Amino acid sequence: MSEVQTNYTVPVGPLHPALKEPIRVDLEVDGEEIVDADIVVGQVHRGIEWIGTNRNNFVQNIYMAERVCGICNICHPFAYIMAVEKAAGIDPPPRAEYIRVIIAELERIHSHLLWAGVAGHEIGFDTVFYLAWRVREEILDLIEYITGNRVTKAMFQIGGVRRDITEEQLPRIRQSLEYYKSIFSQLGDIFLKDPTIIMRTKNVGILKKEDALKLLTVGPTVRASGVPKDVRVDQPYSAYADLDVKAITPDMLTGTVVGDVYDRIIVRLLEVKQSIEIIEQCIAEMPSGKILAEPKMAKLLNMLKKAEGEGVARVEAPRGEDIHYVRLEAGREGPAAWKIRAPTYVNFIAIPTILKGGQIADVPIAFASIDPCQSCTNRAVTVDRNTRKKTSLDYEELHRLSVEKTRRLE
Amino acid sequence: MEILSPHEVIDSFNTALGKGVVDTRIDEQIIGVKKSVLMSLWIHVNKDSFRAAVEHICRLQEYPHLAIISSYDLGDDVELIYHFTIYYGQSRQELSLGLRVQLPKDDLKIPTVTDLIPGAVWTERETQEMMGVEVIGIPDNRRLFMVDDVPEGVYPWRKDDKKLEKLLRVLPGRQPKRDK
Repeated sequence: MSEVQTNYTVPVGPLHPALKEPIRVDLEVDGEEIVDADIVVGQVHRGIEWIGTNRNNFVQNIYMAERVCGICNICHPFAYIMAVEKAAGIDPPPRAEYIRVIIAELERIHSHLLWAGVAGHEIGFDTVFYLAWRVREEILDLIEYITGNRVTKAMFQIGGVRRDITEEQLPRIRQSLEYYKSIFSQLGDIFLKDPTIIMRTKNVGILKKEDALKLLTVGPTVRASGVPKDVRVDQPYSAYADLDVKAITPDMLTGTVVGDVYDRIIVRLLEVKQSIEIIEQCIAEMPSGKILAEPKMAKLLNMLKKAEGEGVARVEAPRGEDIHYVRLEAGREGPAAWKIRAPTYVNFIAIPTILKGGQIADVPIAFASIDPCQSCTNRAVTVDRNTRKKTSLDYEELHRLSVEKTRRLE
Repeated sequence: MEILSPHEVIDSFNTALGKGVVDTRIDEQIIGVKKSVLMSLWIHVNKDSFRAAVEHICRLQEYPHLAIISSYDLGDDVELIYHFTIYYGQSRQELSLGLRVQLPKDDLKIPTVTDLIPGAVWTERETQEMMGVEVIGIPDNRRLFMVDDVPEGVYPWRKDDKKLEKLLRVLPGRQPKRDK
């Protein structure tokens, strides 16, 4: 009798439901169970570092950094300007540091709420998706009120920020924060006590503490595995050095650490609450004074052109540690070297470990649980290893499998 | 785990590697209204002591966090900086450690660190395809970001590489650079 092939490879992507940008995942499956997974990236490599060092000047790079990612468009310019400031020896005024932190925390709230909606959608719980995104509108309105834009905020400048937060704006900010405080217990009930969410997320996509550390994961992914690693706490930068922030791990709420998708929900939810507290503290303690170290653009660019040195800056983005390395050489309009490492870069390395042993229907939620900063699955193709015959599984099909699993469990 | 101060970390490197340490530097930055001090370490080791240096970092911290390898073309040499953090997870104790190593252009080879830090494989693959540094013993030798139709031997991060210019799509109003 000839040997029967039991393992098949299922490529998911380059366009995938749990992702906002293209990536391909090749799943090796035995029936419904995932035996192994491999990740193929590079579909959206835009050569940003190359453009930043070959074409742009220092200030143009801030806006370039803002466009690395649509959701984390604060953490990239934040890390970039801090790296340049370190290399060139520029000290931003304290008021600017507080404004930077307020904007960064507003971004964290909007990013975590966006993720909560996507996670609800992935398991076929669209009511949660609509609710989370409706709630998120409030923070987007607030961001628009403060910065003038909903998405790309263009707030940062080397040596400070471009817009001040005035006394007249504070009541509107407080009003939004009060709104979130008033609905927080409701959000907690939905995300942590709903039986459907519990069934689909508990003991799914487990990442053990040791694996999380070995595979260099960062942000809520590593914190949900029980490691209190948070740049805002470990190596406080900007105004975080004045504030008292604690790294959030799931055992603060449940007393245990499993490292599954449910734990990642807990961490993100508690971080929304923490961000509100940080913003309130910043508003209360914000020093007065100027917001830019050097308001004259020509003078700033000239100073940077003469500067020499290197700097590395780390920022806690909503998805984890974001690091920028910048090297300045005298006589150059822009940096001589620029290296960006976004948090998803390292979180992706843990994806095979998270998916292994799970089911195909759990792929969307397990994948989404690291909150990958990439794009959306339109199709998946199953390949029969023997015949090389391809069967197309489109996004709807994969999504339907996930929704059916939820129905089965109910 | 005992937490050493930045100066003690440098001393421990000097003891462990001896003449393998080329240069060390501590950057200090004062931040915030409360004037907290943020320190970061830069350690330059020679090529032969590189493995020993990474092993030494693994002794200082059980699972050191390797954020990224940045590389820079110095002309005759290629400089790699391994951006580590140690003592994470403890309030205000984390230390950034940039481990710098320079490789001559005629011998661009570096041993892998994936046996000590399994998650380093992506950044090693990226350094290999973008800078043309051969990583000896890398468990996964495929390309990471570059598509397969880019020919072998084209390294975008190298400043002496003229082959890339030919691959660039000529946009309206832009002429390809010609060799002088």
